[in-house]
Amino acid sequence: MQAMPKWADIVLIPLINLLLAFLISGLVILAIGEDPVEAVSLMIDGALGSSYGWGFTLYYATNFIFTGLAVAVAFHAALFNIGGEGQAALGGLGVALVCLMLPWPHWTIALVAASFGAALFGALWAIVPAYLQAKRGSHIVITTIMFNFIAASLLNYVLVNLLRPAGQMDPASAKFPEPTHLPTISDILNGIGIPFAERTPANVTLIIALLACVAVYFLIWRTRFGYQLRAFGKSEQAAQYAGISSVKIIMITMAISGGLAGLMAINNVMGEAERLVLNSVEGAGFIGIAVALMGRSHPFGVLLASILFGFLYQGGAELALWTSIPRDLVIVIQALVILFTGALDGMVRAPVERMFLSFKKREG
Amino acid sequence: MTDTAPAIELKGISKAFGPVQANKDISIRVMPGTIHGIIGENGAGKSTLMSILYGFYKADKGDVFIAGKKTAIPDSQAAIAAGIGMVFQHFKLVENFTVLENVVLGAEEGMRLSTSLGKARKELTRLAADYELNVDPDARIESIGVGMQQRVEILKALYRKADILILDEPTGVLTPAEADHLFRILEGLKAQGKTIILITHKLREIMEVTDTVSVMRRGEMTATVKTSETSPQELAELMVGRKVLLRVDKVPAQPGKTILDVRNLEVTDDKGVKRLKGVSLNVRAGEILGIAGVAGNGQSELLDVLGGIQTATGEIEVNGQPLDLTGKLSDARSRRERGIAHVPEDRQRSGLIMDFKAWENVAFGYHHDDRFNTGALMDQGAIKEDAAGKFDRFDVRPNNPALEAKSFSGGNQQKIVLAREIERNPDLLLVGQPTRGVDIGAIEFIHQRIVELRDAGKAILLVSVELEEILSLSDRIAVIFDGQIMGERLPHETDEKELGLMMAGMTGASQAPAEEIA
Amino acid sequence: MDYATLLQIFDSTLRLATPLLLACLAGLFSERAGIFDIGLEGKILAAAFMSAAVAAVSGSVWLGLFAGIGASLALSALHGVASITFRGNQLISGVAINFLAAGLAVLVAQSWFGQGGRTPALIGAGRFEELALPFAESLRAVPVLGPFYADVISGHSILVYVALLCVPMTWYVLFRTRFGLRLRAVGENPAAVDTAGVSVVGLRFAAVGICGLLCGIAGAYLSTGLNAGFVKDMSAGRGFIALAALIFAKWRPWYALGACLLFGLFGALESRPDVIEAVLGFKVQAQLLSALPYIMTVVILAGFVGKAVPPRAGGEPYVKER
Repeated sequence: MQAMPKWADIVLIPLINLLLAFLISGLVILAIGEDPVEAVSLMIDGALGSSYGWGFTLYYATNFIFTGLAVAVAFHAALFNIGGEGQAALGGLGVALVCLMLPWPHWTIALVAASFGAALFGALWAIVPAYLQAKRGSHIVITTIMFNFIAASLLNYVLVNLLRPAGQMDPASAKFPEPTHLPTISDILNGIGIPFAERTPANVTLIIALLACVAVYFLIWRTRFGYQLRAFGKSEQAAQYAGISSVKIIMITMAISGGLAGLMAINNVMGEAERLVLNSVEGAGFIGIAVALMGRSHPFGVLLASILFGFLYQGGAELALWTSIPRDLVIVIQALVILFTGALDGMVRAPVERMFLSFKKREG
Repeated sequence: MTDTAPAIELKGISKAFGPVQANKDISIRVMPGTIHGIIGENGAGKSTLMSILYGFYKADKGDVFIAGKKTAIPDSQAAIAAGIGMVFQHFKLVENFTVLENVVLGAEEGMRLSTSLGKARKELTRLAADYELNVDPDARIESIGVGMQQRVEILKALYRKADILILDEPTGVLTPAEADHLFRILEGLKAQGKTIILITHKLREIMEVTDTVSVMRRGEMTATVKTSETSPQELAELMVGRKVLLRVDKVPAQPGKTILDVRNLEVTDDKGVKRLKGVSLNVRAGEILGIAGVAGNGQSELLDVLGGIQTATGEIEVNGQPLDLTGKLSDARSRRERGIAHVPEDRQRSGLIMDFKAWENVAFGYHHDDRFNTGALMDQGAIKEDAAGKFDRFDVRPNNPALEAKSFSGGNQQKIVLAREIERNPDLLLVGQPTRGVDIGAIEFIHQRIVELRDAGKAILLVSVELEEILSLSDRIAVIFDGQIMGERLPHETDEKELGLMMAGMTGASQAPAEEIA
Repeated sequence: MDYATLLQIFDSTLRLATPLLLACLAGLFSERAGIFDIGLEGKILAAAFMSAAVAAVSGSVWLGLFAGIGASLALSALHGVASITFRGNQLISGVAINFLAAGLAVLVAQSWFGQGGRTPALIGAGRFEELALPFAESLRAVPVLGPFYADVISGHSILVYVALLCVPMTWYVLFRTRFGLRLRAVGENPAAVDTAGVSVVGLRFAAVGICGLLCGIAGAYLSTGLNAGFVKDMSAGRGFIALAALIFAKWRPWYALGACLLFGLFGALESRPDVIEAVLGFKVQAQLLSALPYIMTVVILAGFVGKAVPPRAGGEPYVKER
């Protein structure tokens, strides 16, 4: 029996969760002696009020789409991939190797190759925990957390000892060669006569991110593999009865998940920094968790949530510039979104369900 | 009528789970020093009622009187304080604790553990002597058998000085011999003045041990009668609301060639326990082989091996060709490709994805079929069309494949599974507990479909813990006990008594399936 | 390598192991009761900030300690409400708590002190002073053991000794008391506890509370004992290493001490690459050392070196079922 109509489940409850998260965020701002209304207007102005703001908002959103999809795909198979951070970092390594090791004639070819490298490295970093879960029963949440730390150490080592050009002090790779630089959104739009602020990081990767949303939609709800993945996520026992191999599902799903997280690197490493730096991911892997939870693991929801978080990131940066509120406010908001849409979902769901049930009874 | 107050009296108890009314205005009186049976089909609301009495659920309406006094039971603690002990169907024991620790848990004296354990050890010795409840206090729960575990549960209740003992389907996991031992214990407890409530769906147990019996049907209490003044037939009618057809209409079987040939099948579980110890049997085209046995004696493992869910050693041939039992082709998908269809014992956990729409479930297990696919994509149109046809032919209600599987009743869920498996036109159909939790109307329908498939010349392996079902549906019956086939019987040449003895591991000079071994 | 260097390394091993040990025992209580806690990190961080902040303002490290414990307990309560009361996902709740602490600490630090997310450096009574154990100096002359006693065992802040004392206490509580029996039972099979008439919710909240208390001490030690003040992200993954140590220790108190000392040793060696080279004869990358606890945990989890079996009901919210 369904206690609640579908729209309530998909729209109403996430909305209430989100409102609660924002309400508390507002209280936090109040508590540190700032004006939340002014803060919001500053954020909107800074992130959405100009094409300059949008150029950053969309750049951040692109990152979050990839990491959000990564978490979402794994969620459908009842796997909690908390390792997006490490997988994206490894994706960055893949991009750097592709861009630095071979001479590329044109950015289009370099982009294809770098995407491949990013996805491959991200996938490989996810496959090890997947294998350990599938074959040895190690809890994937713990192993992926451990792999985040191992990735950080590994990248530290690679950057300091291997990729750092001689004579350079900071642990970073060399600049990528000119032909691998990706066109930004402003390059593209200005090229066709639409004015858009220059020197903004949003780039052609955004289009790949949108394509990834569509691809994930088809993967989950239209393909045979998606059918098996969802069945496995709902009931492992039933999946076995139906001849669905758990090892195969876990391995492939995590490879796809890690690949998506890795793909983020073409945005931040290839598109923006144009070299590999330490801690290039900057927490985007973790934001993927918030984004996937908020977007109810649906690609369209992930897209909307990513744009929201892109807005928060850019708005938060603006806020830090003009007020004494540090950027870390965004981390608080992110935490509250995860808390309310993820862990405290039951707090909102139960009363809403009861409400609908009492409506139904009155009608019946 | 006596003057003494009832040990327990329930008045007007009602309880709903969301939209489902599990108990409707139930009243019952249980006299002290008696064994009071509560009988009813699965899902009749017996367990819910007892869980309310034990403070596990809160009743929406109604009152509980203990020894004539109105008593509120908001939680298990209150129930224990009121002298109620409960032995749940699924034991509530901490597996890696010892018997002693389990008994003491929640009834400790003081902060330090050693004092409590010492006292409990003495008390256990006394209880063991008084009630034939022998257990090793230092054995870990995970290392003792179910019969022993059940005794630990009873000891837990007695250690808490329970005067009223509720047992929920206590014999489901026991052999008839163990069940008899349990009944002796219960008689002993009764003799000491304890009051016992026995919840069961087995008529035999009610007739054997109870003094009074109450019948439940669909959440309501339909009657309370003295056991000595009733008959199994009357109780059965009260349980289901009308006369039950115990025999299925069917013509004699016309067995053809051997479809399934199992030889010396062995299964060892992850704990290293042998669950099947050299099972051999065969099923021919156009016949139903019923496997009778107490749950947990290896019949589930047999189905799982044949269905490709569990690995095994030994030999299995289907249509004269060997099955892979351990390798790459031992999975469920390969089994289906070999013409084996499987209606699993637990349709809600295995047979269906409850959160999937019904039409999606129609392709479950057959999602690789060409007819359901175009390239890597699923052909949703084709699946929906197939589902619509199946819903019509199997009279699934409500006739709406777009609903999620969980929104159908047990019987209609089973029809969806059955439609999926039967219409694939398999050579061999595995059926586990086909009518567990299924309403009477659907039972007949399901039985008919299975017989029709047999008449179409297919081989059917039926596993059921319901002896009546085995007797009425099978053309041949094999009895399984402790991972071994105890012998085979023809349904018209045997009866529940003989099968019951065999299910307990007792068999005379057997008519063992000599021809297969030879 | 001389004995003095060895003593130095042991000394810093003990210092670095202390917050790990406290957090590890914290996690032990929580997970033994069936509540997964990947929010140890956040609780340590929150406590580190609050202790340093209050110690800086009040000038009393003891007030700081209590404030730190308070902050950690508040986050524990949140975890309890989410995962026990509302039966939410314990992992997700833990993730949220880590971010909440990381963000709030900086936000509040900036608002209170305006020093870019740090607290003022602690001086004098704002820090835990090092305690010289009795006879430390007079026994120094005893060969081998004397210097060990004087340099390694003696001369730590009181919280180090508290942490060490917590090991036998945890063992006793867990295995020799009624509370411990119930706590272990609720992590294995909450239904058994519930039907025995003991409150599952109460027990689990108690466990989560103890977890908060211990994390609070861990955080306070970090900012007022090991360091002199709070800086952003100063927990630096210690909560996760503690989690790793907990798995490594197979959820047992004495093993936890061993695991934390081992991981503490890795930490101590990280800053002394010369020592490693002298002992092993070849260079070991510092990055490898910092990754070693995580790698070892993965190996343990994979069951290549003895299987770590977590409490059976861990991570699952308790729903009454017949």
